[in-house]
Amino acid sequence: MKGTKLDSKQKTYLLITIPILALFFCFNTLPLIKGVIYSFTNFRGYGDYSWVGLRNYIDLFQDGRVGRSYWFTFKLAFVTTIVVNVISLILALGLNSKIKFKSALRGMYFIPNILGALVVGYIFNYFFTYILPAVIQMVGGQGNSILASTKWAWFAIMIVCAWQSIAMNTIIYISGLQTVPQDVYEAGSIDGATGWAQFKHLTFPLIIPFFSINMVLCMKNFLMVFDQIMALTKGGPAQSTESISFLIYNNGMSGGQFGFQSANAVVFFIMIVVISVAQMRFTGKKEEQL
Amino acid sequence: MKEKINERVNWPVTILLIVGLITVAFPLYMTIVIAFKQPSEMTNSISGILSLPKSWSLANFAEAMRVTDFWHSLGNSIWITLVTVGISIALHSMIGYTIGRSKARSKFYSFAYLYIVSGMFVPFAILMMPLVKQTAQLGIANWVGVILCYVVFYMPMNVLLYSGYLTNIPMALEEAACVDGASSWMTFWKIIFPNMKPMHATVAVLTALGTWNDVMTPLVIMSGSGSTTLPLAQMTFQTQFGTNYNLAFASYLLALLPILVFYLICQKQILNGVVNGAVK
Repeated sequence: MKGTKLDSKQKTYLLITIPILALFFCFNTLPLIKGVIYSFTNFRGYGDYSWVGLRNYIDLFQDGRVGRSYWFTFKLAFVTTIVVNVISLILALGLNSKIKFKSALRGMYFIPNILGALVVGYIFNYFFTYILPAVIQMVGGQGNSILASTKWAWFAIMIVCAWQSIAMNTIIYISGLQTVPQDVYEAGSIDGATGWAQFKHLTFPLIIPFFSINMVLCMKNFLMVFDQIMALTKGGPAQSTESISFLIYNNGMSGGQFGFQSANAVVFFIMIVVISVAQMRFTGKKEEQL
Repeated sequence: MKEKINERVNWPVTILLIVGLITVAFPLYMTIVIAFKQPSEMTNSISGILSLPKSWSLANFAEAMRVTDFWHSLGNSIWITLVTVGISIALHSMIGYTIGRSKARSKFYSFAYLYIVSGMFVPFAILMMPLVKQTAQLGIANWVGVILCYVVFYMPMNVLLYSGYLTNIPMALEEAACVDGASSWMTFWKIIFPNMKPMHATVAVLTALGTWNDVMTPLVIMSGSGSTTLPLAQMTFQTQFGTNYNLAFASYLLALLPILVFYLICQKQILNGVVNGAVK
């Protein structure tokens, strides 16, 4: 009796699991495999194609435009991650202290995160094109849009990315700060730990797990940045702000480089995996030490 | 004495935080005033752009709705988000349950767990081009394909959340149901699924926010189908807005409004959901 019951349970489990696994395979693993296969061809997205072996990969490492997009994406991701984490940590400390209107303030500071990145990008596009130059002109500078400058356009993209992710990271830091028990501070203040010393030796070590969540989230999101680029610069000026995702989309979908950009996507995928694993190893070790 | 100091409201920080809200409020203020103005009111000076409109006329909004086919794209967005969330909650909780309960004992399930969760590392960029071909071949290069993609993209995170949450539901509950003669299928729907309620809320919030604001998936998959989602419409109609920024901003405001209203109503659930999802 018991045996048949167990069998029927296992059968039900398999009947649930296998179709869902199959669905996952069809829309995740299968396209991934196809992408890898395309990366060894000269497919343009239509018509005939033939095998080219490692040609695409060799070209990839010699292609200046691809190299620049990697440089741009990593620079943007790195700088934005630091900026976002510093500001959100300060903001979270403020929002977690004894202030008035606490929940209203927290709620309002979260608003940027729920808005769509593309529309936010369009709104900031107008700000950078018309309002900021006018302000700069008023204080006596040159009134050019920073979006049109190859040197500073990335900075505008950084601001828009940061504006939205600060909201998210702050909320995570606040929930981290709430896990720190009040008596830790009381014990610390007896030993004379206040202000910066309190933060450095008591608060921060205790919220390191939340710090690592935020680092991983930020890096991953910013390496895949797309909407903001689409809304702000479309990769310009002079291809100076093409993120990797944007380049794959732009040249792969409509530029006739389906095969070549598939190789680019494979390299990008490997990089994401390596970075994520390294980050988790690194932060995992730090947590153990505590 | 010490206690008293601790309990006092920290006014300097409160005031600093209120002033800091300008960074959040300014872009929204700018959107609202520009959306209500007429092009003739927009002089090239900052005061011309940022002053309050002469009259709060809704004409821009009516025009923007007409140009972007607002109700159609709003309907699409709502439909795609609701169906994605519904399917995600049903399918992901089921597989989260079978995997979560079996992965400690069975190699097959622990492999399935790793297999699905590692899908988190796969960037959309590498799936994009093959998925466009695949959905076109299957004849689902429309909302059906987009929803299927979303259900698969959110599976790693949701399976992680659901199977993690299972440790809060005691095995004794299921065993009792089993003794009473309930099938595993019934046990899941009658006992486990209702007990997963807090996690359903988290999954619903995260999946809904992600799908509602996503542009890339519908952009590449639905581009040939002639219909759009709300954010995608803002991109498609960029050329029609031209230099009529008032019309464009009216349209942006319309695109932001549904999620803002939704946030005002369920702010607490959204904040909880986002924190739960990130921390677990």
